[in-house]
Amino acid sequence: MFIEVGHFAVVLAFALSIVASTIPLWGAHKADARLMALAVPAVRGQFVLIAVGFAALVAAFIDNDFSVLYVAENSNTALPFAYRIAAVWGAHEGSLLLWVLILAGWALAVSIFSQSLPVVMKTRVLALLSWVTLGFLSFLLFTSNPFERLIPAALEGRDLNPLLQDPALVIHPPMLYMGYVGFSVAWAFAVAALLGGTLDSTWARWSRPWTTVAWLFLTIGISLGSWWAYYELGWGGWWFWDPVENASFMPWLMGTALIHSLAVTEKRATFKNWTVLLAIFTFSLSLLGTFLVRSGVLVSVHAFATDPERGAWILAMMTIFVSVGLFLYAWRAPYITSVGKFNWLSRESLLLVNNVLLVVAAITVLTGTLYPIALDWLKVGKISVGPPYFNATFVPLMLPLMLAMGFGVASRWKRDSRQLLNRLAVASAVAAALGLLFNLVVVENNSVLIAVSVFLAFWVLVTAAREPIQRIRSKGSVAAGIKSLPLHLHGMVVAHIGLAITALGIAVTSADSAMADEVIKRGNSATVGGYEFQFMNIEEVAGPNYDATRASIKVNQGREHVAWLYPEKRIYRVQTSPMTEAGIDAGFTRDVYISLGEPVGNDSWSFRMQVKPLVRWIWLGTIFMAIGGLLAVCDPRYRRQAKRKAA
Amino acid sequence: MKRFILPFVFLAGLVTLLAAGLGLNPREVPSPLIGKPVPEFTLPTLADPEFRVSDRDLKGQPYLFNVWASWCPTCYQEHPLLMQLAERGVNIVGLNIEDERADAIAVLEKGGDPYRVVLVDYDGRSRIDWGVIATPETFLVDANGVIQYKHTGAITWQDWAEVIAPKYQQLLTGAPRG
Repeated sequence: MFIEVGHFAVVLAFALSIVASTIPLWGAHKADARLMALAVPAVRGQFVLIAVGFAALVAAFIDNDFSVLYVAENSNTALPFAYRIAAVWGAHEGSLLLWVLILAGWALAVSIFSQSLPVVMKTRVLALLSWVTLGFLSFLLFTSNPFERLIPAALEGRDLNPLLQDPALVIHPPMLYMGYVGFSVAWAFAVAALLGGTLDSTWARWSRPWTTVAWLFLTIGISLGSWWAYYELGWGGWWFWDPVENASFMPWLMGTALIHSLAVTEKRATFKNWTVLLAIFTFSLSLLGTFLVRSGVLVSVHAFATDPERGAWILAMMTIFVSVGLFLYAWRAPYITSVGKFNWLSRESLLLVNNVLLVVAAITVLTGTLYPIALDWLKVGKISVGPPYFNATFVPLMLPLMLAMGFGVASRWKRDSRQLLNRLAVASAVAAALGLLFNLVVVENNSVLIAVSVFLAFWVLVTAAREPIQRIRSKGSVAAGIKSLPLHLHGMVVAHIGLAITALGIAVTSADSAMADEVIKRGNSATVGGYEFQFMNIEEVAGPNYDATRASIKVNQGREHVAWLYPEKRIYRVQTSPMTEAGIDAGFTRDVYISLGEPVGNDSWSFRMQVKPLVRWIWLGTIFMAIGGLLAVCDPRYRRQAKRKAA
Repeated sequence: MKRFILPFVFLAGLVTLLAAGLGLNPREVPSPLIGKPVPEFTLPTLADPEFRVSDRDLKGQPYLFNVWASWCPTCYQEHPLLMQLAERGVNIVGLNIEDERADAIAVLEKGGDPYRVVLVDYDGRSRIDWGVIATPETFLVDANGVIQYKHTGAITWQDWAEVIAPKYQQLLTGAPRG
C-alpha cells in the first residue's frame, strides 16, 4: 500500500512543480511580493514529497515487495541488505527518482542558504530549478515509473545486476548525480541573471560556491567510477574512454573551465558573456550525458536498458533548457559590457588559455563520442572510437594546460610583465630538479611524452605550493603564514597539487605497468614485474547470492613474502552471469593485481597478472581536488559578503 | 549579432544528429558474411556425437541457423518462439557452442526441441568462422547455402513478423522443389 502513497506523493510533487515554475516567475516579472513568496515553500514542499516517494521505494526494496515491478526486476531475497538499498538506483527508473530527489535537494539548499540574495533573483533561480524538476518528474511519471505494480506479484526477484553489487557502486551514482544535477544550479543562476539583465560580478559570487560544490561531487563521482572499473572489471584499466565515462567527463571539463571563468568574472568583472555561456554549456553537457546513457544511441559496457522513447524525452528537455538559455543569451549578451581591461600577459589572459584548452578538450571528447553516431547516420559504416583517438587528441591539450597553470597561479591580475619569469625562477629550478630526479629514479621505461608530463606535473606542484610557502616566509612562522592565506586560495593550492599527483600517477602507470597472461599449474609460479605469483590452491566458495571459484596466490618479491591474493570468478545464481573479482595488494608505490581466467585442464588455470606502479595516485589526486573544492566553498568570504549585502 | 547565433546553430546540429541517432540501432552490426556461402564445416550432432553433418548436407532448402548455449539466459527467452516456429514447419538448425553435452540435452528435454538437427562446436572453431560474438545469434541461410540475413540477440515476435518471416517466405517460394 505504501508504494501507492509514494506514487501519489510524487504526482503531488509534479503538480507543485507546475505551480513553482510559473507563478513565482510571473510574480518576479510583475514585482509582486506575494506571488514571489510562493517559491520557497513550493520548492521545500517538492523536496518533502519526492523524499516520501523515494522512501516508499526504499521501503519496498527492504521488504522485498515483489509486487512492485521495479523491485522484482532489480532485487532478490538473497541480496544483502546494503545492496537492496543500493538497488533502488540500480536501474533506470529508480536512478531517475534519485536524480529528481537530488535535484529537489539542491533547490532546497538554495532556498535555505540564499537568505541574502535579492528576492527577485532568488525567486527566479528557484522557479527555474522547478522547471528542471518539472521536466524530469514528467519524464519519470510518463515514461519511467518506478512505482508500477506487478500483478500477480513475482515470488522471487530477478536480482540486481552483479556488476553493481559493489561498495563503490553504492555511492558512485549518488555522487555523480550530485555533480550532474548541481550544474543545473549554475544554469539557473545564469538564466536568472540573464532574465534580470543584471549580469554583474555579484551574480558570479553567488553562483561560485554552488558550481564548486557540484564540481567537487562530480570529481568524486568520476573517480569512484574509475576506481570501480579498475578492480571490478578485472582488466586492470582505470579509464576506458567508454561513452558513459565520457558522458560524465565532458561536463567535468566544461565545469572546470566554468569555475575558473567565474573567478575572473567575480574578481575582475570581465569574461561575463563567456561565463554565462559556459554555465549554459556545462548543464547542457550534463543533460547530454543523461541522454547518451539512457537513450541507447551508443553501445557501452554500462548503459541502462535502452528505449528510444526515453531518448526522445531527454532530447526534448535538453533542447528546451539549452534553447531558453541561449535565447536569453542572444537577447541580453549584446548589451553586456565587460569593463575589466587586461593585458596580453596577465592572470586573465592565462585563465583564458585555461578556458580555451578545457573547452577544446571537452569538444574533442564530444567529437569522439558522437562520431560513431554521425557515421552510422550517414551510412558510412559502424565504428567505435577508442583510446587511440582520445589519447592522441586529449593528452596534447593537457600538457600546455599544465604549463599555463603554473604561470596562472603566480601571475597578477590585469597586467604582468617579465617580472613573472623572475618570480618563478626559483620555482622552475626546483620543479626541474624534482622532475629530473623523479624521471631518473622512479620512471623506468621513459619516453619524451612521459618525461615532459613528469616535469609539468612537478611544475604544477611547485608553483601551487609556492603560494603558501611565500606566506610562511614573509610571516616568519608556519602557523601565521597558513592563517594569512585565504581559505579559497588554500583550496586552489590543494586542488592543483591534486592534479599534479593524478598526472604523476597516470604518467608512471602508463609507462611502467607490467602485465602478463599466463597459464599456471597448481603449485607452480610465474614472475611478472619482479613479483613471483605462486598458485597455491583453488577452491569453491559460496557467497550469499553467488558461487565462486577462488584461487589462493602467494606473492613474493625475491625471498620476501608480500601478500596473499584471492582472485575469484563468481557466478551469481539468479542472473547466472560470470563476474571476476580481482585479487589486489594495494600500495602507495604500486598495486599487485591478479585476475583469475579459465581452467585449461590438468589442474592449470589461466591468470592475468599485473604490477601497476603509482596507480593509487590517480585517485589520491582526485581526493585532493575534491578537498580543494571543499576548502574553497568554506571560505567565509562568500558568507561575509552576503552579510554585508544584507545589512 | 552573428556570434550570438552561433551557439544556436551548434545546438541545432547536435540535436539533429542525436535525434537521427535515436532511430539507429548501434547493436545491429551487419555481418560481413551476408551474401556469402556459409563457412565450411563438418560437425558432430548433439544427439549422436559419432554422426557428423556438413554444410553440404544442409543444402536444398532454406533454414534458420540458430547459435545457442545452455548457459545463455537470452536463449531461454527465445526458446518458446523457436518452438512455435518449429511447429509451423520452419526449418531450424541449431549450433550449440561452448557447452556441456548433458546440459544442452537437458535444456531440450525440458523446454522441447525446435531443431531439425543440433550441431555441436565445443572447441570454438566453427563459432569463429561464423563470426559469432554473442548468443543467441540467428542466420537465415537459403537453399544454396548462402547467408541472407543475420539477427543478433533473441528474436522477438516483432522481429519475426516484420523482418525475418518475409525473407524466409521469399526464400521458400524461390527454393528448388524436391
